[in-house]
Formats: sequence, structure tokens, C-alpha cells
Amino acid sequence: MSDLLLSPEQRYAKIIEEKRNEDGSELNVLNLGPTHPATHGIFQNILLMDGERILEAEPTVGYIHRAFEKIAENRPFYQINVLTDRMNYCSSPINNMAWWMTVEKLLNIEVPKRAQYLRVIVMELARIADHLICNSILGVDTGAYTGFLYVFQFREKIYEIYEEICGARLTTNMGRIGGFEREWSDEAFKKLNTFLEEFPVAWKEFENLFERNRIFIDRTVNVGPISAEKAMQYGFTGPNLRAAGIDYDVRKAAPYSSYEDFEFDVPVGKSGDTYDRFCVRNAEVWESISIIKQALAKLPDGPYHADVPDYYLPPKEDVYHNMESLIYHFKIVMGEVPVPVEEIYHAVEGGNGELGFYLISDGSRTPYRLKMRRPCYIYYQAYPEMIKGSMLSDAIVILSSLNVIAGELDA
Amino acid sequence: MALENTLIQEKLTQKFGNSVTNFATMRDIFTLEVNKDKVHEVIQFLKDDEELNFHFLTDLAGIHYPDNNVDEQFALTYQLHNWIENTRIRIKTFLNGENPEVQTITDLFLCSNWMEREAWDFYGIKFTGHPQLKRILNMDEMVSHPMRKEFPMEDGGRTDKDDRFFGRTPVNC
Repeated sequence: MSDLLLSPEQRYAKIIEEKRNEDGSELNVLNLGPTHPATHGIFQNILLMDGERILEAEPTVGYIHRAFEKIAENRPFYQINVLTDRMNYCSSPINNMAWWMTVEKLLNIEVPKRAQYLRVIVMELARIADHLICNSILGVDTGAYTGFLYVFQFREKIYEIYEEICGARLTTNMGRIGGFEREWSDEAFKKLNTFLEEFPVAWKEFENLFERNRIFIDRTVNVGPISAEKAMQYGFTGPNLRAAGIDYDVRKAAPYSSYEDFEFDVPVGKSGDTYDRFCVRNAEVWESISIIKQALAKLPDGPYHADVPDYYLPPKEDVYHNMESLIYHFKIVMGEVPVPVEEIYHAVEGGNGELGFYLISDGSRTPYRLKMRRPCYIYYQAYPEMIKGSMLSDAIVILSSLNVIAGELDA
Repeated sequence: MALENTLIQEKLTQKFGNSVTNFATMRDIFTLEVNKDKVHEVIQFLKDDEELNFHFLTDLAGIHYPDNNVDEQFALTYQLHNWIENTRIRIKTFLNGENPEVQTITDLFLCSNWMEREAWDFYGIKFTGHPQLKRILNMDEMVSHPMRKEFPMEDGGRTDKDDRFFGRTPVNC
């Protein structure tokens, strides 16, 4: 039996014994997590330490596994959206939109331009929220609380915009099959414009605090580097991959929701270390701001959802007074709408990389199989290798800079 | 120039003959079926061939088809991606229902390690040669493989949720 199949404690006990006999050194086992305040989520790593240095690590995942893929096999399409909220909860609108786009791809629904642009706006807002949290928390982990306090109020502003759009803040459940559930209010646009005026100032200040900061550079440069080759092997996508120097971005590679209409750059790093990851996310926030501005400037008039009565619930007041609406309402809720038998894969650029839904439909009201490609789950495998040989405090910084979100890791 | 599906098909049939079948384009993705004994070889070929160059493993998914005949009750789909040509490919392979077993591809893609562990955990698909084939998201003490279709999602003894009243049966839910 391979040693790797043993529990980490047993495996490490062997190594410790060997090492002691070899040169008398005393290694220690340290259990980091599962609920350690420094890890920002439910992550357990059992570390083998030589003093302050990490020799080996074994992550245990699954502490908040909620069996989304199983639940999804028992829920109609429109009820699966609430599951996606809870994957990467720092940017739930991206997950929501990704799910609706998958369903629309399956059902061949053409979404009106206005709804597509609105989706782009809300997805980029979510990306800002996601990167903002990651980068400011990275600051906190290196001992700089100030930056976090500066920018964190802007996440609140983003949540207020979500609230205007869909009524919820964290687990948004935003949108419907074919578009949005309601037209965005004037208040939403007003808040969005205020955000676009105020946020860049704060973000610039945040950048100034960190980018050339001696202490921050010392803590992050050459900490947890990963080569482009290795990153690809480990299935990295998103900012973490781009920090290693590969410019793969789903928004460019396979534009969805009219991303081809906007001009933006794909920032890349070079060495794939913590500092590069930080800088790539910083730069992406600027790109996101620019995309939102372009989308707002070009925002076309028109309906906010596709005209698909088979899948889009009619307004409630019509259900009481209009025969067709009542029929459609009944059919949608009872799951008697036609669904093609097909296998679909749709991917979007999530906060952490390629978020994909592989949906196998057998024509019934629920998916036959739904596989969620969760970027965090895939790249977290590289973590033990990335922290090997580094200090314990660096391991924390690397974990934050990878932006591993427990909800997405465990699904 | 984009990588043509016909070229992929030609190369694969030339190399593997009858082991690769059912070429099709499902929407935007070119798909094929591979005999389970040849999965490793086919993926290695797709990865190493200079023209094809599918160097990125996007995802790996287990699927359970309890109604199929016993040789095809489990399936695995591998999604590969060539970033340079921006082409995706999906490979499906069917496994035996009583003894689902397939060769690991961890030697080709490091990221397949946890993906294969997930498939083992949820479907009980064995990957021969995998360095650390143990449960990952479920607890180690678990004995069943919960994503199999026969595994109920909820406790069958519950009486407060009777879906029959809503016109649903276990079959059409």
C-alpha cells in the first residue's frame, strides 16, 4: 500500500521516526485549521514542520460539502440557481449568470442585447467585489489592515447595487432563464454611477498603499511562485494562471454575453508569485471598471428578458387575470416545458478562473447530471507543493493570494 | 488556422482504429467515444501530438447510467482544451457497472489527481495507478458512493414531503 493512502498523522509519524534516526532532528506535526481565523474559510492542512519551515502538507477538503451536484439532479433548472450562489459567495452573480447562460444554451434562447449588457455590468461588479476582498484580505494577512478598511466599504456599495437589482446581497439568486426578473431601477443606475465615481479614487489609493510598499514586497515577492508550465499542469485558470504569464481568459477565448463588444486587456504577470497575483487582480479591477463604463455608455434600450413564455414566468398579476399566463405559469412550475436531450458545456470567467457547467439533459425537468467545474477545487491541489519549504506565515499569505473560497472548493 | 474537427478525427482513427467511435459535434464541442482500455493512450496522443496539442485538462466527470447494459453503466467524460487553437474536445468512455475501472491519467495531468479522487468518492470508479485513491469530499468512513443513481437524496422515511401530491413520482421528478 502506498504511504499516501495512510492518514497524514500515520504517514508523518513514519517520516519523523526516520528523520530522528537519521540525524536526530525533531520534526513536528501542526494541524492548521479547519477553522483557523487566518485561513478565511474552512481549510484544514496537516503540516509536517521542521521548526518554522513546512516540509509537507496534506489538505483535507470537504468540511462544507453540501452535495450540490446531487441536489441539482433533483431540482428543476430554475431552482438550481440558488445552489450556484453558494459556490463562490464572493461573486455569486457570476455563478448565477453562468448557470442561466448554460440553461439558455441548452434551450437555444437568444437573450436580448440589453439583458446581455446588464449581465456584463453585474458580472464585472461581482469580479470587482471578488478581487477587492482577495487583495484587501491579502493585505490584512501581511499586517496591513488599513487598505482593507479603505476599500471594504465599497463592497458594501456593490452589495447595495445588487440589492437594488434583485433584493438580495450575498446569495443573490439574480436573473431568470432568458434575462432578469425585473428592469433595473433608476436607483440602481444612480448607485452604479456614484460607485464608478468614488471607487476608482479609493482603489488608486489602495494600490498606492501596497504596490511599492517595502514590507508588502518583502512579504510577497517570490513567495509561492508557480511556473506557467506547472500552473497549466495543475489546471490553474483565472488570475492565478495569468499571474504565471499565460493570457488565457474565457472572456476573450470564448466570448459570452457580448463580451466581444468591449475593449479590455488581459493583464498578465511573470513569475506567478503572490505579488504577481496581487498585481494581476489589481489590474483586472481597472479593466472591470472600464468594461462597466463601456457597457453603461453603450447600453441599448429594449426588453430586459427574452420572450420565452415557456421558460420565463409571467408577471404575477397576469396569472390571475389572463388565461395564457396562467397556463404558462402552471407548466413552468410543474415542469412540463420541453427540454432538449443534449450535453452542454458552458464556461465563463469566474472570479477565480474558468467556471464551467457540464450539463447532461435527458429531457426531464431536472438535469440528468450536472458537473460543476469549480476552479478553486482544481487549483487548490497545487497548494501543498506551493508551500513546501516556505514559512508558516507565508503559507497563510499564499492561501489568501490564491483566493480559495471554501464554498467553491467543496460545493 | 483553427484546428479542424476532421483532422482530429482522421488522426485518431488512423492511430486507434476501432477504439475511437461516435465522432460528433455537440454544439461547440467535438466529442468522441473511446474504448476504456485505450483512454490513457488516446489522451496521451491528443496531448503529445504536435498538431493536436490538447495540453489542458478542463474537467473530468463521472456519470452513472443504471439503465444501460452492464458494460456501459458508468461513464467518464474528459474535457481537453487546446488554448493555442482555442479548441475543446470531449472524450467519453463507458465502464463496467460491476467493476468500473480505468487507467489513471495523473501521469499526464497533475490536476486529474483530485478529479479522479472525486469520481472515486462519488461513483466508486477505480483508477488504476492513481497515487492516492481515497475519498476526498466525503468522510473516510463512508461506505457508499453517493452520486450513484440508486442513492436517494433524502431519507426515504420522511413523511412530511410527499411529492405524489404534486404529480411527481420518483421517475419524473
